[in-house]
Amino acid sequence: MDKILVIVEQREGKLNRVSWETIAAGQAIASSTGWALEAAVVGSGVAAIAAEISAKKLGKVYDVESAKLEPYTPDAFAHGLKQFLEKHPAKLVLLPHTYQVRDFVPKLATALETTAISDVIGYRYESGKLLFTRQMFQGKFVADVSFSGSGPCFVTFQNGSFRADKVEAGAAAAPIETVNVDIPDGIVRNKPQEVFKEAKQAVDLTQAEIIVSVGRGIKEQKNIDLAKQLADALGGELAASRPICDNGWLPMDRQIGSSGQTVAPKLYLALGISGAIQHIVGMKGSRSIIAINKDSEAPIFEIADYAVVGNLFDIVPPLIEEVKKAKG
Amino acid sequence: MKILVCMKQVPQKDAPLKLNEAGTWIREDVSYEVNEPDAFALEEALRQKEKHSGEVVVVTAGPARASQVLREALAKGADRAIHLEDDGFVALDAYNTARAIAAAVKDDKFDLIFTGLQSDDYGYAQTGVILAQILGLPHATIIMQIEKTDAGIRVKRELEAGFFQYVDMPLPAVLTIQSGINKLRYATLIGIKQAKTKPMRKVTMAEVQSAMGSNLQKIEKLYVPQKSKNTEFLEGPPAEVAKKLVDKLKNDIRVI
Repeated sequence: MDKILVIVEQREGKLNRVSWETIAAGQAIASSTGWALEAAVVGSGVAAIAAEISAKKLGKVYDVESAKLEPYTPDAFAHGLKQFLEKHPAKLVLLPHTYQVRDFVPKLATALETTAISDVIGYRYESGKLLFTRQMFQGKFVADVSFSGSGPCFVTFQNGSFRADKVEAGAAAAPIETVNVDIPDGIVRNKPQEVFKEAKQAVDLTQAEIIVSVGRGIKEQKNIDLAKQLADALGGELAASRPICDNGWLPMDRQIGSSGQTVAPKLYLALGISGAIQHIVGMKGSRSIIAINKDSEAPIFEIADYAVVGNLFDIVPPLIEEVKKAKG
Repeated sequence: MKILVCMKQVPQKDAPLKLNEAGTWIREDVSYEVNEPDAFALEEALRQKEKHSGEVVVVTAGPARASQVLREALAKGADRAIHLEDDGFVALDAYNTARAIAAAVKDDKFDLIFTGLQSDDYGYAQTGVILAQILGLPHATIIMQIEKTDAGIRVKRELEAGFFQYVDMPLPAVLTIQSGINKLRYATLIGIKQAKTKPMRKVTMAEVQSAMGSNLQKIEKLYVPQKSKNTEFLEGPPAEVAKKLVDKLKNDIRVI
């Protein structure tokens, strides 16, 4: 029987919660295709994580171990997992599309002479053929992608594409097998230092109920003040997409998106934000989204509850006045 | 330092895109620009060269139109360019693109190879890492800083949620560069003039074909995403739209 393997992510011995979404994806695909589903955790001394995931509906859980797998390096992960997959072949290998996965999966897939379909948001199983859906052109289009070749196809899932709370528990704990992989000296060439945060986060945007966020459409640094006035009128926090912080117009700790903070406020008001995937993943869980953008085809409108196609410089000033009036 | 920068031409950010008749790709009659992270990768290469001397070579794989990206890079200060020129390069998966580039530069010995962290069209975020594996080189991704050290380089990797990490690595190496690592320069008039005399080597598909295989992934269908949300469009003159928005804020979203 064909097999699906989910590789969960751990950092410093803790399961990255996004892995539950990948297990949910694996369970859904297994149920569509009738293929077997197994999971693996990779690291050094990570048996507790193997035990944690073995409670879910999985045929088997592997604990792939080597002292060389801690701290994480792409060389050790690719070498160890290649060895593991050659002994335990799978048709599909599923992972979350995290920065760590992006760092080693293309290397691992190439070492196995196979392919990785990255940043996938869904799948389709039609007349025996499995297709994966991924965004293209910054979310303006989506593509159904097929794969071929003899090796395992790697698929990495975008955050939030499957629901972690949909993971099915198993009737009994899945059996756990420890697999020690051999990573010889000299394989690992990079020497990673400690992970650190640049500065103490001044603002915790995850706690904000209202966020006014600005993107490239704000045009110039001096226009940021307009967004600030709107945020103040609403009693909310000011945030931004990556290019604004790259330009130094707002500090990095106000950045929303994959490299910044992930938020889910009551209201997310996006001003001049086109909605690149990297931004969307940081805010698509917001309860209500209002988007103001001059480009009617901006991907941000795909996820907006209320949309205004127009020039933000025309709309924001009267909006500030109306908000002030309404608040008295 | 001898540095190779892999660059790609992609549709302009604001360009309205239309699907081709087969629904497998976009219509090519749009405006193009350099993929943004690649522009930062080039800038970083030019800065490293200014610090440590050496050579900056730029490479792209794409149709004739893609040479514009290389000409701009030469005008900004790159020393020479390599253009893998064929319409067929557009439809390659990341593995084949990397194999084609590796074959085209096999006689060069680079200390560093840069790519942008991902492209705005496919968004694979893979070509640089695959290239490293093919060439047998160490790599690091999403790089925000590069310092030369006695033993090689120390790079600053961006991690998620505001975390970073320094990584020491030997040379030669492949790095994927994050947007915002530096401030981009403009080409000068003299640069644009000098670019015309700088070497640009053309490489045909036939020259690299033997290094490539069949694509292992294929776009079966490209389409406009189905909306998962019922978006309400608010229309009218600005003052009216502002009133409508406040009504939503008050009665539906309930934040006022």
